[in-house]
Order: sequence, then structure tokens, then C-alpha cells
Amino acid sequence: MSPELLSSLAIFVLAILVGFEVISKVPATLHTPLMSGANSIHGIVLVGAMLIAASADSPLSYTLAFVAMVFGAANVVGGYVVTDRMLQMFRKKPAAAKAGSEGRPGASGNA
Amino acid sequence: MSQEWIYTIVFLAWLAGAAAFVIGLHQMNSPATARDGNRLSAGGMTLAVATTLLYLITREGGLNLTAWAIIVVGFAIGGGLGLYLARTVKMTAMPQLVSLFNAVGGGAAALVAIDDYLKVVGTAEENVTTAIFVVLGVVIGCVTFSGSLIASGKLQGLVSGKPIIVPGGRILTSLFALVALGGFVVLVLAAGGALTFDTTARTVVLFAIIAAGLLFGITMVLPIGGADMPVVISLLNSFTGTAAAMAGFVISNPVLIISGALVGASGGILTKLMADAMNRSIMNIIAGGFGGGEGVVGAVAGPGGTVREISPDDAAIQLAYASSVIIVPGYGLAVAQAQHALRELAEQLESRGVDVKYAIHPVAGRMPGHMNVLLAEANVPYPQLKEMEEINPEFERCDVALVVGANDVTNPAARRPGTPISGMPILDVDKAKSIIVIKRSMGRGYAGIDNELYTNPKTGMLFADAKEGLAALLAAVKQV
Repeated sequence: MSPELLSSLAIFVLAILVGFEVISKVPATLHTPLMSGANSIHGIVLVGAMLIAASADSPLSYTLAFVAMVFGAANVVGGYVVTDRMLQMFRKKPAAAKAGSEGRPGASGNA
Repeated sequence: MSQEWIYTIVFLAWLAGAAAFVIGLHQMNSPATARDGNRLSAGGMTLAVATTLLYLITREGGLNLTAWAIIVVGFAIGGGLGLYLARTVKMTAMPQLVSLFNAVGGGAAALVAIDDYLKVVGTAEENVTTAIFVVLGVVIGCVTFSGSLIASGKLQGLVSGKPIIVPGGRILTSLFALVALGGFVVLVLAAGGALTFDTTARTVVLFAIIAAGLLFGITMVLPIGGADMPVVISLLNSFTGTAAAMAGFVISNPVLIISGALVGASGGILTKLMADAMNRSIMNIIAGGFGGGEGVVGAVAGPGGTVREISPDDAAIQLAYASSVIIVPGYGLAVAQAQHALRELAEQLESRGVDVKYAIHPVAGRMPGHMNVLLAEANVPYPQLKEMEEINPEFERCDVALVVGANDVTNPAARRPGTPISGMPILDVDKAKSIIVIKRSMGRGYAGIDNELYTNPKTGMLFADAKEGLAALLAAVKQV
């Protein structure tokens, strides 16, 4: 194996170990946002799609790169935005108690 | 600047992006820092994508017009679609959207690997290691693509949420796995020169592997019941990470390798945590066929007791004159989208001086933590949400436990051995002084067994859809 491949393998193994350690003590409450957050990160494959688009030289290659771009971009943009939407709800907690009681008459009126 | 300099800068930016993913993911361990963590991660992603574009533009030869068009238009369409869906999705439908995003991520990883193989096949660059990583990337990417689409369809109701068991399905699944494995061996041997397969034959084998991977994803997820979908989605999420890492090996890109491995490993841990919360093993879930009514015959000491029905008016009186009420929301609440109605009822009770708390089982809703998101969306004050360990000792002291659309997680049968849910952590609802259950029918939960809580003499059953039942209760409480 080439030295480049060997160092890639080393990076791969170390990143796996980091992945095991980085989320060990998560409250169940955060499982869904965390999964969604991890889901956005593998959208990094978008970088791969850009690289193959740049070196595409046949109609088939262009097509594959285009679909990969669409898929990867949807994964990245959608993933981060939906995760942020979930977490926004956790964040406003301290204020939510107040906002909730203030908004009570209106809220019960239109639901 | 020279080429080498630019590549160095781009490489360092990729590394910074990868570091942002690790730190961001770590910050998502705690509610206080989670949102910042996600933003840091998004910042890392923006940096990685922007510097990749910079690298491609400044590279010798630059980007031709077609490549520009593919990148810009592809990003605009995909990003626009993702943004629109993420902004407009109802929070109850969010799990299937995450699964959909996971599907396209896996698809993109597979496409990158396929494209690379088609470019190198028959050239000097085709070697054993390329073949190994290409096939792994293609297989894992295809399995996650089709599997996540099925999982998403099951949660959306497009595909039946019940375990779909086709006669011989298990054999088909194994057959597809064998085809993929055989293709893997052939392509690796061919790349190593041990087997003479011409370029066309190798391409055909690659397409056979793609088909086998896609079909395997479908037949793997179909027999798994809707209640287990969260674990399946999490598992497939981990697969997609691995597929992205394989694609990274194929095109020798460090940021893909690091990020993919990170998601592959952390997704695996998360899957295990989710499965543990349901007291299931991952293998058990993949084996499928759990629940759905048929098959599992509850070896339960038959709850021969009678069911006591309660009217909304009687239930309202109990609630209104209680001093403390614990609400147990479940899957049925999420399905009926009754979280706002529930919050209104809780506020009405509080205004009468009733102490209201919510008992959240770790797997309440459609995904672990999903119930917290739904209740937060309905503006339920965070301090009222109590996790299982915290709330369980309080049931004894509470006057009324109000169960809305939760079933198996309240079944006392879990405390005895010999039932399908034995050992699953449950909420001690049966210890409350009295219990009101809002439920559409006496139907069974996903475990497919009767809930002994319903025949408990302390329990009154209010048969209604969660939303209608809560509206009737609210109206009745106002009258009291």
C-alpha cells in the first residue's frame, strides 16, 4: 500500500475512535437532534460531488456529478436547518415559560 | 500563489472544518451548548465547501463552464429543496425528513464512488485498494439510499408501518448480500490481475452490485416495524457516514474520511444508546418482525379484569380537583398532533392550582427525544418535563396520572419475566392514586400484548382520538 493510503487509514482509525468518544453521555432528550446533526455532517460528501464535477468529461460523468451535487446539497442545507429548528426549541426554554403564560389567552383562543 | 501553497491552505481549511465537526458534535451532548455546536458544525461545512470551490477554480485548467453549471445549479436545486423541506416540515414529520436527508447523503456517496470507478476502470489507476473502497462505498451507499427511503416512507405512511414479511424474504435478502459479496470479490480480483474480466464485464458487475445493494436495503427495512424505525434510521445514518468515508478513500480526500468515520462511529454509539433505551438489541431489531399484532402471542397472565370506561365529565372532575397530575404523553399524541391541546389542558389545570408535570419516557414519540421537541414546540415550560428516572418515584404521590396515547411504556407486565417487553424500562403509572387513559381503542401497542394497566381497577379509559379527547376534557374542565 502507498504511504498516502497508509496515512489515510491511520486518519480513518483515529477518527473512528474520536467518533466513539465524542458522544458518550448524551441525555435521551438530545438523541434526535444529535442524530440529525450527525446526519448533516456526512453531507460533507458534497465536497466529493464538487471534485467529481470538476473532473467530469463524459455525459454520464456529468450526470452522476449533477445528481450527486443535488443530493449532497439537500443533505447539507436541509440537515443543518432542520437540526437548528429542533434545537431552537430547546434553547428558548428559560424564556418559554414566560412567553407561554403571556401568550395563553391568544393561544387557547385560536387552537 | 503556487499550486502547492493553495492546496496547503485548502487542506488546512478542510482540517479546520473537520475539527469544527468534532467540537460541534461534542457540544451537542448538552442542551445548553447544542445549538452553538450545530452552528459551529455548519460553519465548518461552509468553510470546507467554500475552500473546495476556491481550490477547483485556482487549480490548473480551472473549472470549465459545464462543471460550473453542474456545481452551481446542482447546489441551488438541492440546497433549495433541502431548505424548503427543512423550513416547512411539521415537527411531527421531522423523523422521516431526517431519514430522507440521510437517503440522499448515502446516494451521493455511492454516486461519487461509482463515478470514480467508471473513470479508472481499465486504466493504470485501477488497483486492488481502489476496487475495495469503491465497492464498499457503492454497496453501503446504495443500502442506505434505498433503506432510508423505505424507512422514511414507513414513518410517512406511504409504506405500511407494520412489518412486511414476504415468504422467502430472508432468503432474498441473503441472496442480494451474496451477489454484492461475489461482485466485490470479482472486481477486487480483476483489479489485481488475478482474473481476466474486460472493462465492459467489470462495469456490468459494478451495476449488478448497485442493484443488489439497492434491493438489499429494501428487503432489510421492509420486515421491520414502524416503532423500530428510529433505531433503523440511526443505524443507516451511521452507514452513510461510513459510505462517505469510503468515498473519501476512493477520491483520496481527508475531510471525507475524517467526517465519514466520525459519523460512522458516533452514529453507531447513538444507535446502541437508542436500542438500549428500548431494551432491544440492534440484531434483534434488524431480525425484524417484532410486534405488529401477529406472531408474538403474549405469554401474559391474561388480564381477565374488566375495563372501566370514564366519561370526559367525570375525568374532568377528577383532574380539576386533584392537587397533582402527571401527564404521560406517547406516540398517539404525536400521531394526532395533539400537543397544543394537551398544553392548553395543562394550563387550564394549573390556573386552578393543580401541580402539572409531564413524564417523558426515553423513547416516547417517534424517536428518542422527539416528545421533548413536540412539547417544546407547543410551548410547554421546560421545567415541567421530567425524565423517567426523575418522575418515577413521584407517581405514588400523584393524584391522577393522565396517559395520552402511550401504551407499552406504561405496561406493568414489563416488570415480570416472560413477556415480549420484559425488562423494558417503564413509567410507574400504575402506582398513581388514579389513572385516566385517553386511547382510541383497546388496540395493542407495538409489542402486541395487552396492557395490564387498562384493567387496573384504578384506571378509567376515555376512548377517543388524543386530540378530540383532550378537547372534550378541556371543555369539561372549564365547566367544572
